[in-house]
Formats: sequence, structure tokens, C-alpha cells
Amino acid sequence: MALKRAPLEYNRMWQMRAWLFAVFFFLYAPLVALIAFSFNDSKRITVWRGFTVRYYEKLFNNDSLLLAFANSLTIAFVATLISLVIGALAAVLLWRYRFIGRTVVEGTFALPLVVPEICMGVAMLLFFTRVIPWPNNLIWPFNLGSIIIAHVSFCFPFVALVVGARLASFNKEQEEAARDLGANDWQAFRDVLLPHIRPALIAGGLLAFTLSLDDFVITFFTSGPDTVTFPVKVYSMLRFSVTPEVNAASTMLILLTIMLMVIMMVMQSRAAKKFKG
Amino acid sequence: MDEKVSKGAKAPVKPIISFRNVSKRWGSTVGVDNVSLDIEPGEFFALLGPSGCGKTTLLRMLAGLEVPTEGAILIDGEDMGDIPPNRRAVNMVFQSYAVFPHMTVADNVAYGLKIDRVPQAERDQRVQEALDLVQLGHLAARMPDQLSGGQRQRVALSRALIKKPKVLLLDEPLSALDAKLREAMRFELSQLQQKVGITFIMVTHDQDEALAIASRIAVMNKGSIAQLGLPSDLYEFPASRFVADFIGSVNMFEGTLINDKPDEATVACPELEPHRVHVPHSVAGQETSSVWVAIRPEKMSLHKDASAPPVVPECPPAHNVAKGEIKEISYLGDISIYHVMLDNGRLIRISRPNRSRFDQDNFGWGEKVWVSWVGSSPVVLQS
Repeated sequence: MALKRAPLEYNRMWQMRAWLFAVFFFLYAPLVALIAFSFNDSKRITVWRGFTVRYYEKLFNNDSLLLAFANSLTIAFVATLISLVIGALAAVLLWRYRFIGRTVVEGTFALPLVVPEICMGVAMLLFFTRVIPWPNNLIWPFNLGSIIIAHVSFCFPFVALVVGARLASFNKEQEEAARDLGANDWQAFRDVLLPHIRPALIAGGLLAFTLSLDDFVITFFTSGPDTVTFPVKVYSMLRFSVTPEVNAASTMLILLTIMLMVIMMVMQSRAAKKFKG
Repeated sequence: MDEKVSKGAKAPVKPIISFRNVSKRWGSTVGVDNVSLDIEPGEFFALLGPSGCGKTTLLRMLAGLEVPTEGAILIDGEDMGDIPPNRRAVNMVFQSYAVFPHMTVADNVAYGLKIDRVPQAERDQRVQEALDLVQLGHLAARMPDQLSGGQRQRVALSRALIKKPKVLLLDEPLSALDAKLREAMRFELSQLQQKVGITFIMVTHDQDEALAIASRIAVMNKGSIAQLGLPSDLYEFPASRFVADFIGSVNMFEGTLINDKPDEATVACPELEPHRVHVPHSVAGQETSSVWVAIRPEKMSLHKDASAPPVVPECPPAHNVAKGEIKEISYLGDISIYHVMLDNGRLIRISRPNRSRFDQDNFGWGEKVWVSWVGSSPVVLQS
């Protein structure tokens, strides 16, 4: 006979298990289908005709797609670096100083997190065409500048958020101890504060990188014909038809994102362990 | 508040630390209020006071972590004015120890020397010496999270001492340790101070700690120094009610000075009437002025109730006595504390050492008793 269920053991109710399965199914079945059909040996996406890696080969011979991919990586890399510096400085500023209007500043940092992406996109489009027209005849990678600035604007708040959370656990006496032992301001920052926020910088950086790499809406409004990014390129391929090639490209993007997320989670759990001890 | 000038108050040699009219204010909040203080080389000096009295601020200004609003701080005769903490010949052991968590014990201790670009060979040797000084030589390769609280404190000590400071500053050094360890570390700290021979300045709110370790103590209250002196001075000759009350425990009676001669004085306290307090010295106050009589619990005696009050030597009859009833006895092993309710409702504390394993007197709860004290026991305070 099965053991009786304890009051809070909901996980042992069959209804709960069914619900859980349904949730997971509708969350992940589309992704699984996408990946599966990227190996489909058929022009049309709906019929399974056998396994092939043909579309991946095609993908790697598609110059415009590769350029889009290179664009995406470049933008993500530069935007991450700038976001790290601005975000970390913003977090340190808000953590260290109490000043009039501090809450307002903190609020404006969070603004890009809550403003709808489409609004951000339109705003950026307006800004870079009317307010500060970004020249579109610059050589690569300088033509990506407007996209990079747009990405920094929504990436750095995430870095500030993660670094700020980490700073809350910093013992200010450590910095004072460094000063007391002979370190100047810069040495105290480098030897004590920076090692403390390093895990947050790594996590925040990976977060910013993924966000930038995946972004479609804001990029769509800021990119020109020569500055197509990977997600925008996938979208434009989709406009003709949903080919297995689009599936393959999407699969590559998913894989890259998942890899980055895994690295970030490992880093964070390591940092948490270190902090606990 | 006027300072009691006693043998501990004057520094005969050139002071290693001088505070000259130092004040610290944050807006309208006063942290430190016009403090002047000299500390001699080789002292184990304690700044003692309740939280918020300004003692930590004073120490942090000395380290350069806070800037005085007014006044000057001199270290070894040199005005510290705008000199940042990294260029002052003092080092500090922080309340949280502030051991760097991402460095090994040896790297923590070596940090100050690395910053000073001391060559590797000399550095290694000095680190070893500094670690041996606090008996941590065998733990050099450990990370701080593998150490106990007491060991972390030793790292902080050794990290500060390796810089060979002129003065070592200790901010509440023992407050984070458990009772037994605290007792042991008190002894070790004073041993260490004698071994290295430099001036130690300790901030503490724990009067036992200050009395046990310090060679001289400044009691602080509301940003000023309430009294400066040897531990025994502060305990036996408190200058004010605040000091009498803050250091040790005390029975305090408000009263009026009714007789003040060169060799004796009498105080009438409403809470002790009809009996009065007699002291064999002058109070040097104005007669009929308001005073406070402070008597330490261990300087009072208990007597079994006889109808007549006990006779106190060298004292007029019926002075320095009071009648009451034992309300509670706290047995602490080495001593017992008797809470006695006097006839007019005042509760006082009397402590007696338990010298014998078989108490002859055997006072019990609810027993009627007489309380007495000799003329030299009370301290008559005017503020």
C-alpha cells in the first residue's frame, strides 16, 4: 500500500504531477521541435524527411549570416565591457555615498529595466536619426556604435544591480584596514573591494553579454542595412519562409545563450559557497 | 565637567599621542567635544564609555579614518593635520578584525609590507616573526574562513604589529569573543604589549576589560572625558556620579551637606534617615548644598538584627548605618549579592565574599538586618 501523503507533500499528488508535466511540455516542446526540425532533410518545415546536417553547413557558408553573427559578438563584447565599467561605478557610487537625490538616481538606473522594449527601440531610433544622427557610412566596427550605445543603456543597470547586491555584504572596515596598513585609495580598491565584487562582475558581465546578444527589438530599430545583428538577420530570413536554415541558426543562438547562462550559474554558486565559508 | 587631578592624570614624559582641543561634529550632532588628552609612550591606554560617547570616533581620528572638525592630533610630536591613514605611524585592529577573506593568513600579515615594497626575503622573515608572536606560525597557509574568531583576531593583531607602529589601536578587541576566550585574551594582550613594548590604545565599553588590562583609563561620556586616571583611581575615587555608576556597581544616595569641617563631614540623606553619613575628611563644598553619597556594594557590611544599631568604629553613634530586610540573595559562587530593602523603601546591593564553605552568619531571605559601613567607604560627589 502506498504511504499516506503528509499535508504539505503536494508533489505526491497525481494532479500536481500532471500539471507540472503540462507546464514543462508547453514551455520546452517548441524549443525541442525547433532543434529537431533544424536536422530535417526537407525544404518544407512541417514534414519530417530524415536526418541531415546540411542546413548547418549552409549556415556556415552564408556570408551575410556570418557577418551578422560577427556583428552580434562584437556589439555584445564592447557593450559588456562598457556596461561593466559604468554599472560597477554606478553601484559603488550608490553604495558608498548618501547624497540628495540618491533614490532618484537609483530609480533612473532601474528605468531601462521597466520601460517597454518597444518604447526604448522607438526612442533610440528617434535619438540616433533626429537628435544625434549617427553617420551610417562609417567603417566596421564603428558603424555599430549606435547599437552598442543602445545596448549599454539597457545592459548596465543589470550589472549595477548584481554588483550592488554583492556590495551590500562588503565589510567597510576591510577597506579601512587596507588604508591603515599603508594602501592608498587605488590600492585599497584594487586589493580589497575589487576581489570582493569580482564574482558579481563576472555574473553581471555574462548577463550583459547574453542580453546584448539576444536583443532583437531595440536592435531592430537602431540597426541599418549594413549593421544587421544575428537575431535581426534570423528575423529577416523568416520573412521569406521558415526554413530549416532558420531553425539551425536559432539553435546555434540557443546553444550559445545556454552555455553562457551555465557558466554564470556555476560562477555564482561558487561565489556563494566562498561567501558562506 | 571638571577633571579630577590625580597621580594618573599628568604625563611627565613627552607624550606619544596628543589630542589638543579636538572636536568632531556631523551637522548638529556632536561626536567628540573639545577633548584634550596626552598619552605616554609604553602605556596601555583605554578609552572607556557607553556606546555613542565618542570613544571610537576619537580612535578613528587618530588613525586618520575620520577628520576632526576642530583641534589638532599629534603623533610623536608631529601634527597629523591632513596626513592620510596610510602615512601615519599607527596601526589598527578593527572591531570586526577586517581580515581580508581572499588572502591566506600569511598574505594578510604581509599586506602592509607588500604595499611598502619591502623585499621578499625580509618580508617572509618578518611575516614569520609576526605570526610566531601571536602563535599562529603553523596556520600561515590557511584561509581566514578556516580560522576561529580568536585566531582571526590574532591575524589582525599580527598584521598591524608587523608594520612596527608607534601606537597600536584596538577597537573593541574582545567584544566578539566568548566569555572564556575573552578572559584569556585579556591576559595575552597585556603580555603582548609588554613584549613588543609599544603604546596600545584600546576602545571598550566593558569596564571590567578596561580595569583588567589598562594602565590608564579615560572614561568618556557624551563626547568629553569624564575622568582620566589609573583603574584604581576611577573605581575608588570617582569624580562624578556618571563615573561612579559606570565603573562597577554602586549604591547612590542623594543628600544635603549639613556639616563640613576640615577633618570630618556629615551628609543627611532622606533615603537613610534617621541615620546620617559621616566621612572623616572635608568635602570642600558649601553646607546645605546638594551632594551624592556613593558606596560600593563590597564596602558595606551586614549584621544580624539586634535592636540597637551596630557600632561603627571612629564614627559618631547611629551614623553610617541603616536598617532593612533582605529581599533577595544572588549566590554567585565566589560572592553573594544581597538585595536589601531599607525601611524607607530604598533597595540597595551588598556583596559578601563566600570565604568559608560553611557560612556562619547564614543570612536568609526576608531576614531583618542592619547595614553598616566605615567612614572611609563612601565617596561624596558634587556632580
